[in-house]
Amino acid sequence: MRQFYERLKALPVPVQRTFFLTGLVAVWYLLGVLSIWPSYIFPTLPGVVSSIASGIARGTLPIAVLGSIRRLATGYFIALVTGVITGFAMAHVKLFKNTFGLLVLGLQTLPSICWLPLSILWFGLSEKAILFVVVMGAFLSIAQAAEDGIRNTPRVYIQAARNLGSRGARLYRTVILPSAMPTMVTGMKLGWSFAWRSLMAGELIYTLPGLGYMLTMGRELNDMNQVVAVILVIVFLGLTTDKLGFSVLERSVRARWGTGGGK
Amino acid sequence: MDLELRGVSRDYVRPGRMVKALDDVSLSVRSGEFICLVGPSGCGKTTILHLLAGLDRPTAGKVLADGTAVTGPDPSRVLIFQDAALFPWLNVQGNVEFGLKVKKQPREARERTVAELLEMVHLKKFAHSWIHELSGGMKQRVALARALAVDPAVLLLDEPFGALDAITRDLLHEELQGLWLKAAKTVVFVTHNVREAVLLGDRILVMSPSPGRILAEHTIKLPRPRYIDHPDIMPISRQVMASMERRGG
Repeated sequence: MRQFYERLKALPVPVQRTFFLTGLVAVWYLLGVLSIWPSYIFPTLPGVVSSIASGIARGTLPIAVLGSIRRLATGYFIALVTGVITGFAMAHVKLFKNTFGLLVLGLQTLPSICWLPLSILWFGLSEKAILFVVVMGAFLSIAQAAEDGIRNTPRVYIQAARNLGSRGARLYRTVILPSAMPTMVTGMKLGWSFAWRSLMAGELIYTLPGLGYMLTMGRELNDMNQVVAVILVIVFLGLTTDKLGFSVLERSVRARWGTGGGK
Repeated sequence: MDLELRGVSRDYVRPGRMVKALDDVSLSVRSGEFICLVGPSGCGKTTILHLLAGLDRPTAGKVLADGTAVTGPDPSRVLIFQDAALFPWLNVQGNVEFGLKVKKQPREARERTVAELLEMVHLKKFAHSWIHELSGGMKQRVALARALAVDPAVLLLDEPFGALDAITRDLLHEELQGLWLKAAKTVVFVTHNVREAVLLGDRILVMSPSPGRILAEHTIKLPRPRYIDHPDIMPISRQVMASMERRGG
């Protein structure tokens, strides 16, 4: 037994994971075959797969995915632009930092979905209301990170650059912003995860095409397979964004700064 | 480029107290001269370099470059920092060409200059390395190349080799000396290592701490290029050291 464990441990990580996932799927499938629970309580593997397949075939799933991604992208973009500008202002305008900075700091403790009731009263049950929640999710952490990053630029970098003739907007673009990058990337990632979570939460109570709405529909139709199918899609999208977007950025930062032990 | 400090004082306000970093310091450096500033930490050596670079302003007195008041930093007087202060988001090549890009030099000319400089500091193979991949000595070489890229008349060096091992330091002393003999630049070199100052300097200014003042001046007339094992370096270093302790201790 012990020997068996040692041998498993020595296998490459992808192989370990393949074993694990295959096992998990097999157990899931078998539990489904045994049909211990009714189908509205326990999703079956073939049921979930066919739910995804028919979702794609009927076009509802792609439409929902595109709708959610479009909302997320729009909201995140707005948050990125306004967040960086706010962070910039907090780093440079003392009065702004002393006043508005307090708000940024304090409101970060508020889960962004709590903006939804306010947002609905302002904008009604519309795209705008949900966009507002997404923006609020990402904006604060991006603004905070931008401020920290700019403020923590080591003075010698600025001195060295000024000494070599760089000044003004150029100094900002070629020294202060790149120097702030590691902090910025962390804040952007945090902001993205907040935005993604609040988008999903917000979409649950909407009748707009989106993944959150598909979840609600699944519940209303007692269609457990659809619920789990959509959950899988959400996890997949989250992982993909992380791996293709932020991990690439983080790796680039780590390669340059030589920080972190990861590859 | 001639440099001059005329009756310069520099006070810093620290929480609850006033620190006099420099008190009525006057000195002049002739064009093409190699000056070493020595003294214990806290004697205002670095402050003098920052004033000469234009990165700091005097509380009283005048800082002059070729007879004109220094009002800010300028690529004609480049400071090399103690810890190199290279930009980690740029590779070696990017760091060296930083000043050339500011000057809006065309790409081809820029690449030629960078290649020449990297050749000179023996880092040609490392053009595409990131800064954290370099050793301490290599970092200072890159810093030197980055400074030389803008072809400054004055090089200001702030204990550039302080953190390096002895072998690397000897090597860089030789390289710096060779470079200075060829390029006819004015050099102000700050160190707390007296032997290093004797090895490199035409003239040594000895400083005392709190408040920073100039205590003594020594002219070193050894022929160049000098090597650290030259028999006269030890005795001269003792003399310089003695002038430090007379009032400093």
